[in-house]
Amino acid sequence: MMEIGLNHYLVLSTILFAIGLAGVMRRKNLLLLFFATEILLNAVNIAFAAISHYYGDLTGQMFAFFVIAIAASELAVGLGLLIVWFKRNGTIDLDTMTSMRG
Amino acid sequence: MEKYLYIALFAPLVSSMFSALFTNTPKKTFVGIIASLLIFTAFGSSSVLLMHILDGGEPIHVEMMTWMATGNLYIPFGFVVDQISVTMMMVVTLVSTVVHIYSIGYMDHDKGFNRFFAWLSAFVFSMMILVMSDNYAGLFIGWEGVGLCSWGLIGFWFHKESATWAANEAFIMNRIADLGMLIGLFLVYWNTGTLQYDGAFAAFATLDTPTLTWIGIFLFIGAMGKSAQFPLHTWLADAMEGPTPVSALIHAATMVTAGVYLVIRSNELYSLIPNVGLFIASLGTFVALFAASMALVNRDMKRIIAYSTLSQLGYMFAAAGLGAYWVALFHLMAHAFFKALLFLGAGNVMHAMHDELDPFKMGGLKKVMKGTWIMMTIASLALAGIFPFAGFFSKDTILEAAFADHHFVIYGVLLFTAGLTAFYSFRLVALIFHGEERYKIFGIHPHEAYRFMLVGMSPLLILAMIAGVFQTPFFEMVEEILSAHEYHIHSHATLLVMLVGTQIFVGLSIVYAYRKYMNNKITVPDGSSAMENSFMYKLLLNQYYIPYFYEEYIVKSYRELSTIFWNQVDVKIVDATVDGIAGILYSTGEKTRDMQSGNLSTMLKWMVAGTIALLSLAVVFGLAVRYSDEILAILSGLGV
Repeated sequence: MMEIGLNHYLVLSTILFAIGLAGVMRRKNLLLLFFATEILLNAVNIAFAAISHYYGDLTGQMFAFFVIAIAASELAVGLGLLIVWFKRNGTIDLDTMTSMRG
Repeated sequence: MEKYLYIALFAPLVSSMFSALFTNTPKKTFVGIIASLLIFTAFGSSSVLLMHILDGGEPIHVEMMTWMATGNLYIPFGFVVDQISVTMMMVVTLVSTVVHIYSIGYMDHDKGFNRFFAWLSAFVFSMMILVMSDNYAGLFIGWEGVGLCSWGLIGFWFHKESATWAANEAFIMNRIADLGMLIGLFLVYWNTGTLQYDGAFAAFATLDTPTLTWIGIFLFIGAMGKSAQFPLHTWLADAMEGPTPVSALIHAATMVTAGVYLVIRSNELYSLIPNVGLFIASLGTFVALFAASMALVNRDMKRIIAYSTLSQLGYMFAAAGLGAYWVALFHLMAHAFFKALLFLGAGNVMHAMHDELDPFKMGGLKKVMKGTWIMMTIASLALAGIFPFAGFFSKDTILEAAFADHHFVIYGVLLFTAGLTAFYSFRLVALIFHGEERYKIFGIHPHEAYRFMLVGMSPLLILAMIAGVFQTPFFEMVEEILSAHEYHIHSHATLLVMLVGTQIFVGLSIVYAYRKYMNNKITVPDGSSAMENSFMYKLLLNQYYIPYFYEEYIVKSYRELSTIFWNQVDVKIVDATVDGIAGILYSTGEKTRDMQSGNLSTMLKWMVAGTIALLSLAVVFGLAVRYSDEILAILSGLGV
């Protein structure tokens, strides 16, 4: 049976990050975009926790908690805005939000 | 004693700054009065310092603060009051006190009354820095300061095109000469390592003659500009566009003598290079004659006096060049008194005649302007060098110095010029004050100037009469630092013949001038007489066509060259480069603005692309740094 080491976690983290990045780039639905960013953040959290365990230093795990807290608050604000936007415009499609066009 | 030095130096600055507070307000007489009082304070302090020096006190040397200290360069704001500078301080403060008081009356109806005093006091401050500084750098600050104030005062009536033109001409001519001066200062510093007078003079003795000659020449070029010596003389006559008190103070008594002061101050340099000294003396002699000849026929009262100033500056340079520094300084002092008096008298006449400057349109003014008539006559007598007035003692000593040094050509020319001086001075006096009252044709009702102006001028009148008695005390004072030897003609008989001969010659010139211009037949010239059509007359009236030459051959070609440079170099290279850079930035922005589509999805893609680009750069550089040794080895293996 293969020992699961740091590299496996980092590879998992990288894969999750790539999935998140692809989601961020491809998704047109604002709600799904939020999902993608959560995947990105949690990919990083995995890396933090794994490296923290590897070095026996708790700082990285504490940092992961921070990230979770901030991600939660960010999502709370984001979802609030999303609901307001949906009530006003009846859609949360990214391609319709182009009022910042330069 | 130091406090008197500071009072003498800074009272004019306070005066200037105080007057400057009121420049935008209507005329306030108290501004003039307070300015005059402050300048008088400076005069009082200078007198105390003079007494101190006369009593055999040590020269006062103070270092107010450090100005520059970098590497080996150390220039302090240092001031020195010795025999030379105290003489200059007395001349400057005395004449400027008189001129300030006079200006209260002269500028009475002028809208720029307060502004005038601000400039005038600023000039006095700059002049004090010039004469009191203990190093060449400080002298240069004062030198530029007086140039600036001269510019502001020549162009004081800036609504007149001719005034601004003359102001710019004076400024530009002086800048040309100042380049020479700056090179001289650089050479001094380069070769001696200091700009302090005492340090530099001590080091001069160890330098070789060619170096000293170059230093002497370049410093003298600066002096030529400030003192309006040929060929940089044209600005002085044009500077007469300024108000007359300015002409009296700046363009007769003080600023234009700064060049002479520079040569006198650097006497230890010039006595090491007698060849340059001889050149200075020759140029001075030439200018004395040259300027006097132009004064003979001119029909502008102030210009005649300006040419006379130029001619007298020539005398001073002749004396200084021959090594008779104390004589030059003495003539500088005496000249300041009578020439300022002459100018102020001319100012009275101008006011009386409603700014008419042509003496042919005056005549017979002595009846209405008795005080001015007496003052101008005495000033002219002093200028002509008639015994016992001031000019006799100073000018005759210059002639004696030339004679005793066996420079007979210089002596002869200067003697002849003395005759010309007497002629044109009394031509002016005769035309203005004697003869028929021609001004009546032009419907002018002349009036004498305010009484307080005449009273204000009286110190100059007294000095113009009696300054000769100071000759011996003055000599005893300055001989300590100026290589002074009294000039003695060996036989008394020769001396007597010279003195009496000169007096008779000058006297005859005066009589001739009176005979020619005092009669009732003088009319306003209309260009039809034989004399006016003669070649010499035209040559002299047109100032030897030198201004014309400058205009045609230097100004115009310079202008064309400037146009070419503007069209070819500035527009096509400099502007094109700058515009090109701006154009590239603009077009890049224009082309990339589509990126800002406002679509969040697109922006996120750009963000990811940017992150990846930066990351890959970081990786590449990181690798390059880590493996730099190997990369270098491979490159050297490839023979790069």
